[in-house]
Amino acid sequence: MRRLLTLLRRELSVFYYSPIAYIVLFFFLILNGLSFWFAIALLNRAPSENTVVQVFFNSAFFWIAYLLVFPVITMRLFAEEFKLGTIETLMTAPVRDWEVVASKFLAALIFYLSLWLPSLLYFIVFGWLGNRSAIGSAGQLWAPYLLLLIMGMFNVALGCLASAFTSNQIVAAMISLVLTIGFFFLTLINYVVNNSSPFLRDITAYVAQLDHMDSFSRGVLDSRVFVFYPSMTFLLLVMTYQVFQYRRWRA
Amino acid sequence: MIKVEQLTKKYPGVTAISDLSFEVGKGEIVGFLGPNGAGKSTTMRILSSFMPATSGRASIAGHDVFSDSLRARMHLGYLPESVPLYGDMRVSEYLRYRGSLKGLSGKKLRNRVEVVKELCSVKDVENQLIATLSKGYRQRVGLAEALVHEPDLLILDEPTIGLDPNQIRQVRELIKSLGERHTILLSTHILSEVEMTCSRVIIIHRGKIEASDTPENLVGQIRTSGTVKVEAKTGSDDPVQMIEKIPGVKNVSVNMEDGWQQCSIRVEANSDLREAIFRLAIARHWVVRELTQERATLEDVFVELTQADD
Repeated sequence: MRRLLTLLRRELSVFYYSPIAYIVLFFFLILNGLSFWFAIALLNRAPSENTVVQVFFNSAFFWIAYLLVFPVITMRLFAEEFKLGTIETLMTAPVRDWEVVASKFLAALIFYLSLWLPSLLYFIVFGWLGNRSAIGSAGQLWAPYLLLLIMGMFNVALGCLASAFTSNQIVAAMISLVLTIGFFFLTLINYVVNNSSPFLRDITAYVAQLDHMDSFSRGVLDSRVFVFYPSMTFLLLVMTYQVFQYRRWRA
Repeated sequence: MIKVEQLTKKYPGVTAISDLSFEVGKGEIVGFLGPNGAGKSTTMRILSSFMPATSGRASIAGHDVFSDSLRARMHLGYLPESVPLYGDMRVSEYLRYRGSLKGLSGKKLRNRVEVVKELCSVKDVENQLIATLSKGYRQRVGLAEALVHEPDLLILDEPTIGLDPNQIRQVRELIKSLGERHTILLSTHILSEVEMTCSRVIIIHRGKIEASDTPENLVGQIRTSGTVKVEAKTGSDDPVQMIEKIPGVKNVSVNMEDGWQQCSIRVEANSDLREAIFRLAIARHWVVRELTQERATLEDVFVELTQADD
C-alpha cells in the first residue's frame, strides 16, 4: 500500500509539475466558461423548464471538453516510460505490475476530476447569488458529477490501454481519441437507424453517454450506468496490465 | 548470491543467450565481458527481473527472479546501460522517490539519500533537475539510485560508458570500495578496468560462456605466443639468425635505429626466453639496453576467445 502511494504521488506530481496540466486546464476552463455562459444566455432568452445544470451538461462545449481531455491526460502514462527507458528502472524496483498500472490510472483519474472542480464553483456561486431555483435540487447538481466520475473512469482506462500499446505519445493520443469518440458515437445509433429494434435500443442504452448525461442532469440515476462502466473499467485495466506486461517481457 | 542455471532467451528469430550457467558468490566483483550483442544486457535484464527467460532458472540471494521476483529485486541494485532517469525530477527528490519505492522510509530514507549523495559525489547538484545534468553526473545519479537501499547485489551494465578518464577513475575507485560490502556483477568494454577491479571474469560470446576465471589465470592460459623485445648493438652479428636458433623462438623481426638493433621475438606460450637471450648476448659480446617480455593482456584473451571462429 505504501508503495502504491509512493507511485501515485510520483504520477500526480508529473501532472502538476508539467506545463501541460496548466495548458489543459486553461482550455478546459474556456470551454466550461462558454458552456456556462451559453446556459445562462439560453435561460435568459425565454422561460424554460431546464435548470442551468441541465443546459450546462448537455451543451456542445461541454462534450467537446469532455471528449478531448482524455487523450491529452492519458497519452503520456505508459508511452513515455517506454520511450525514455525508465520502464527498466521502474520495473526492476520491487514494485508489482498491477501497482504501476493502478497508480497511473488513479493519478490520471484524480487529475481529470480536479479539472471539473472550477465548474462546481460556478454553480455554487450562481446559486449563492440568489438564483437557487435555477440550479435545481442538490441531487440534481451532484448527479452529473457522479456520472462524470463513473464515465471518466471508463475513458481514463481506455486512455491507459492506448498508452500501453505504444512508445509514441502522439500515437497513443490518436488511438485514445479514436476509441473515445468512436464509443461516444455509439450513442447515435438509435438516431441514425430508422425504426431501430427494441433490442438495439436496449443495448445502446448501456453505452449512450449523451442519454446518461441527459437523465443524470435531470437528477434521474440509471442503475445500468453503475454496472456497465465500473465493470468495463476493470476489464480495460486488466487488458492494460496484460499489454504492459507483454511489451516489457518482449522487450 | 547469483545462481544461473541453463538460462536461455530467444527473441523471434534470434537466440540471445543459450544454456548459460554460472554462479557469483558473496563478496565477489565479477566482470561480465563480451562483444556487443553477445547477450550481456539480456542476461542482466533477466537477472533484474525485467523480463523472463525462455527457459532455465536464475536466482538472487536464493529468490527465483521470476517466481519470487519481488524479494529478489529487494536484494538488487541495478544500473541499466542507458541510465534512464526522470528528467523532470531533482536529484534529491529522485533519490528519495526511489528509496521509498524500495521500501525505505522516515529517518532511514533521509540518511541513506545523504550517504549515497556523498558516496557518488552528486551532492553539489542535489537540487538540479536531472534533465540539466551532464552525462557524468547522470551516471553517478544512476549509481546512487542503485545503491540507495543498500542492496546485497549490484548489477551494473557498462557503468563507465561515456565518462571522461577522470570520471572513469572515480567510478572505478567507487566500485572497488563498494566491493568490500556488496557483490557486484558489471559489464564493460574497458578491459584495463576489469583487470584492476574484478576478482573474476566471465567472458560470453554468442550467448555462450567462453571463459570464467580470475583475470590472471585467463591471461596465463592464453594460447597466443608472447613477445620478447631486445634492443642491442650486435656488431657484425646477424641477430635474427642467432636468436632463431634458441629453442622456443617462433620468429624474429628486426628494425635498425641509430645503430641499435630492435628485435621483436615471438616466443611460444608460457616460455620465458630472456635468460637464454641474455646468455647469447654475453657470449657474443652484444651491448644490450633493453630486454623485456611483453605480457599478454586481458585484451588478448578477449580477442582470442571472441574472434577465434569469426
